[in-house]
Amino acid sequence: MSRQSNRATDSKKMNSELFTLTYGALVTQLCKDYENDEEVNKQLDKMGYNIGVRLIEDFLARSSVGRCQDFRETADVIAKVAFKMYLGITPSVTNWSPAGDEFSLILESNPLVDFVELPDNHSNLVYSNLLCGVLRGALEMVQMAVDVRFAQDTLRGDSVTEIRMKFIKRIEENMPAGDE
Amino acid sequence: MADEALFQFLHSEIIQYVNSVETGESENGRCVSKLENMGFRVGQGLIERYHGRSVFILDHPFTKDTPRFKDELDFMKFICKDFWTSVFKKQIDNLRTNHQGIYVLQDNKFRLLAQLSAGKQYLEHAPKFLAFTCGLVRGALSNLGVKSIVTAEVSVMPACKFQVMIQKM
Repeated sequence: MSRQSNRATDSKKMNSELFTLTYGALVTQLCKDYENDEEVNKQLDKMGYNIGVRLIEDFLARSSVGRCQDFRETADVIAKVAFKMYLGITPSVTNWSPAGDEFSLILESNPLVDFVELPDNHSNLVYSNLLCGVLRGALEMVQMAVDVRFAQDTLRGDSVTEIRMKFIKRIEENMPAGDE
Repeated sequence: MADEALFQFLHSEIIQYVNSVETGESENGRCVSKLENMGFRVGQGLIERYHGRSVFILDHPFTKDTPRFKDELDFMKFICKDFWTSVFKKQIDNLRTNHQGIYVLQDNKFRLLAQLSAGKQYLEHAPKFLAFTCGLVRGALSNLGVKSIVTAEVSVMPACKFQVMIQKM
């Protein structure tokens, strides 16, 4: 059974240039459609959210990850399993807040920005903002309200790319009977 | 390596977005051409990347012994085999031509339609799911120096036909 799912995972690898370039074409289009960068960021986040709420199902079905006990475990799963599976990278998890409700993902490389240079007139654009939406949407589907934002971005001259994640609350929901 | 699911979700999200910007009946054509233009840029980029790494074109066994791309048909074979494999992980199932600049590329199980119902239910939405890929092919050909018009049609999901009309320079 597990072998079979491994095989399915392997065959799902794809040309990441296609993904990177397609994402680039999208951002370019959004920059044309919207007047300012803030609007583009918002739209990217929204689209990411829509992807996240669907991606989580794909993720739970294909990885054998169960319910996370705490936020630390969630961080590990995101960095070591999810990022690895979908983008082929493993960000490091650092900068835990003392309360353990906030941490940073440090991305050595960001596949979304492989061939990207930001023009000067887009200083407020958070190019990879889609990722924030994806993380937020996916976690919301597992009853976690989380605030996600880029704290540093190599595209904007920082030395690393840092995604800051802050746990807000557990979403109480009446789950359908028999649903995990 | 990115994961395919990610691309598929992104692709449908792009369709969704473009569709929401261009609302109304008359905007349907604009919606398709916007998607097509995005595909065009991506297709151009992909060919540039392949060229840069000399993997696809220069070292390809098919082009090693013969002068590379000696005619139009060679370009189309490249699109059907290498390009399609690198993007959709399969070859085009059938290539036909009238030898007058029109080529029909048939994919019996097109990946971006595979997620939709195989019945007739979503047939009217199919053009939106093909526009990006039409652009992809046109962009790729364009960067190989071939000007073309690419359209697509679906009669039975998830099979589809891309028609490439080469524009004489």
